[in-house]
Amino acid sequence: MSTPILKVENLQKRFGGLTATDDVSLTVTAGEIHALIGPNGAGKTTLISQLFGELAHDAGSIALNGQKIDALSTPDRVARGLARTFQITCLLPDYTALQNVSIACQVHRGHSFHFMTDAHGNSELKEEAQSYLERVGLSDRGGALVANLAHGERKQLELAIALATRPRLLLLDEPMAGLGHVETQQMVALLRSLKGQFSMLLVEHDMDAVFALADRISVLVYGRIIATGSAEEIRRNADVKTAYLGEGDELC
Amino acid sequence: MTLFLEQVLNGLQLGVMLFLMAAGLTLIFGIMGIINLAHGSIYMIGAYAGTYVAMETGVYYAGIPAALAAAALTGSAMEFLVVRRLYKRDHLDQVLATFALILISNQAITLLFGRQPLFIGMPEALNSSVELLPGLFYSSYRLAIIAMGLLVALGLYLVINRTRIGMLVRAGSTNRDMVRALGVDIRLLYTIVFGLGALLAGLAGFMAGPILAVQVGMGEQILITTFVVVVIGGVGSIRGAFFASLIIGVFDTMLRAYLPGLLRQVMAGSEADALGAGLSSMGIYLLMALVLLIRPKGLFPAHS
Amino acid sequence: MTQSSSKFLISVCVMVALVALPFFADMLGQPALTSLATRVLIYGIAAASLNFVLGFGGMVSFGHAAFFGVGGYVVGILYQHYASGEPLFGFLPGTNQLLVTLPAAVLISGAVAAVIGALSLRTSGVQFIMITLAFAQMLFFFFVSLKAYGGDDGLIIRRANEVPGLNMRDKQTIYYVCLVAAIVFFALLSKLVNSRFGYVIAGLRQSEQRMAAIGLSAYRYKLVAFVISGMGAGLAGALMANFMRFASPDMLHWTKSGELMVMVILGGVGTVFGPLIGAGTFIVLESLLASWTENWQLGLGLILLFVVLYTQGGVQALLERVFGRRS
Repeated sequence: MSTPILKVENLQKRFGGLTATDDVSLTVTAGEIHALIGPNGAGKTTLISQLFGELAHDAGSIALNGQKIDALSTPDRVARGLARTFQITCLLPDYTALQNVSIACQVHRGHSFHFMTDAHGNSELKEEAQSYLERVGLSDRGGALVANLAHGERKQLELAIALATRPRLLLLDEPMAGLGHVETQQMVALLRSLKGQFSMLLVEHDMDAVFALADRISVLVYGRIIATGSAEEIRRNADVKTAYLGEGDELC
Repeated sequence: MTLFLEQVLNGLQLGVMLFLMAAGLTLIFGIMGIINLAHGSIYMIGAYAGTYVAMETGVYYAGIPAALAAAALTGSAMEFLVVRRLYKRDHLDQVLATFALILISNQAITLLFGRQPLFIGMPEALNSSVELLPGLFYSSYRLAIIAMGLLVALGLYLVINRTRIGMLVRAGSTNRDMVRALGVDIRLLYTIVFGLGALLAGLAGFMAGPILAVQVGMGEQILITTFVVVVIGGVGSIRGAFFASLIIGVFDTMLRAYLPGLLRQVMAGSEADALGAGLSSMGIYLLMALVLLIRPKGLFPAHS
Repeated sequence: MTQSSSKFLISVCVMVALVALPFFADMLGQPALTSLATRVLIYGIAAASLNFVLGFGGMVSFGHAAFFGVGGYVVGILYQHYASGEPLFGFLPGTNQLLVTLPAAVLISGAVAAVIGALSLRTSGVQFIMITLAFAQMLFFFFVSLKAYGGDDGLIIRRANEVPGLNMRDKQTIYYVCLVAAIVFFALLSKLVNSRFGYVIAGLRQSEQRMAAIGLSAYRYKLVAFVISGMGAGLAGALMANFMRFASPDMLHWTKSGELMVMVILGGVGTVFGPLIGAGTFIVLESLLASWTENWQLGLGLILLFVVLYTQGGVQALLERVFGRRS
């Protein structure tokens, strides 16, 4: 078996008395969509933030493509091919959708110590950024300020920005959260179209979307992974059922 | 040796004064998220009001309630009229609005009291020296300030660790949103915190009266040193403010007392004095730079 | 197209007015107007430099007077060594050539900004404000203690720096020198804010988390921006020292940092030319109030309070709201 894109071993994170991440190990193999599900407060976003280097973990290790990245800062992890989207969108509010993507393209191309080259008029960057907007279905919204984008459009924009950093692994934090039925369908189709080109760790509440997309699913409860397996295996797993039924949360 | 101990005591006295200022400043920032440059103005107004009343009545102690009342009044006026509108604003607006308050307070005081500083003697009962150790005489007034400062520190410690308000204060300085989410009347908590900070600043200002000249600009002088204390101690941390105040007080006093002498061993007298004075006024800032290099969040960060 | 051409028209008009200003001042029998305009230009440069980190980059520096003062002292100290003939540190000859002193002032203020910035930028938010203020205060005390260069009293520069072919004793000439410096400065600044670097700096203001997520290490970009900003303030300080023929610790006083911030907010945060308008407003206001009452700071404080609490975006925005014009 080839080296997995992402290999997390025995990850731990404590906040005072609360163990937010409890001995988590998981892998994402090349081209795979690995979904991470779990009830609210299970520590999914906390886990993503640790993988992305925004939160330091207390113990355990994270390897990207076989190389340990524990000590790397977020920008260094991005340079190694990691990208994330945010559940509560984190965009540059004063910039247009196109500018949000083109600044990502610009940063990806190397340092930005160009003091006199005009950024806004650069057609090469613009074209590249536009291609990512097209890819997520926002091609005619490039000129709109982020403040004027609808919720669903912001979610799409998050994805376009992540793609512009040319990642190998996408960490997607609830890309469907807050979307309507139709928008969710579109997002599922979009992610499916990206499948194979990028590996993905998908945190999601929408079970239909998860079962439609994921190759493997891990279930996180109170910071622990209680099961990992195919959609079918997870559906049948007794522990998962109790965890979800106990929480009164939805499963299928 | 006695000289050295005397300087340590001077340092402690400066330290507790800084603590009275820093405690308020750091709490106001920690809980309310406000950077209040006008904290020094409250100190100045407390000093003027207390000193004025003490001089007019001839009773030093009459100055204490006057200083506290003036500080409380100024503090609540500031909170009600200006600071309340700044909670949701960014730091830039807070800095500029409270900078405006400094300009206004300084001019208002100049209009009321003129440009001449006020001088007031120490109260009768404390205008003497105590023999602490054989051969070590020390001003009773300064000792009283140290005692008062330590009492306030103890009082704050008890309030913060033993009472319900203290619990909210503690919670507020580590997680502001949580306190909001708990449904506590945050307005009231803010007013209490701001008022408490104002009282402490007014008290410090009045106590400084007999030691320093009471004059316009006294507030800003101590304010900037207080900022250094708050940064070294860790923004929002009372404990940090306490230790950093004492460290800065003693460090600054020691530098001023001994650095020129040390320099005189290697260079001419007048040059040594000038350089020594300059370097010792820079000392606390260099200490701050050093702390920042090692611990950017201060010695006792409140938000861990 | 029409917008950019009308912008061009406005800048041509402003430029013509600025070039013609000394003639009108003389014609009106108000030569003091030229001095006033010189100060506006100089403070405009300083405030616009501050605004680059503050308005564009979101770094609230409360210590920019330090760089302003360092720039002034570079001119003063070089002049003193030129006048006395004693080399600085035993080997550096002094000079009174503006074409040497200005770049020297810019470079040295940049170096000081690099040190202060490297330390201060380890923190952010309210700590950053307090720390920049504290470091500026430290430099203030440093210059106060420099007895060899006047200490408390400051350093008198008997004659303004020379420029080959120009009579720098003439206040009008100094005005034009400042005007040229301001034109070059603002041209570079508007290039800078629209550059890739400026784009990143403005991105950092909007969301540092987002910028990290696209792979940008914030620290070095912020530091470079801080250094550039310090260099601009140093340039202004050097011009001021030439104009006043004086450099003193007052240039580094913390209230000066406050005043620069006031100019920025009066003119509108985060615009290239706003601070110039803000500097003009501030200086005119100051002169008017001061001629009226000696307690002019009271008036200034009240106006500032009003501007902060009730207008968003300074005088420019206020005018736009009043006249209903949007740019």
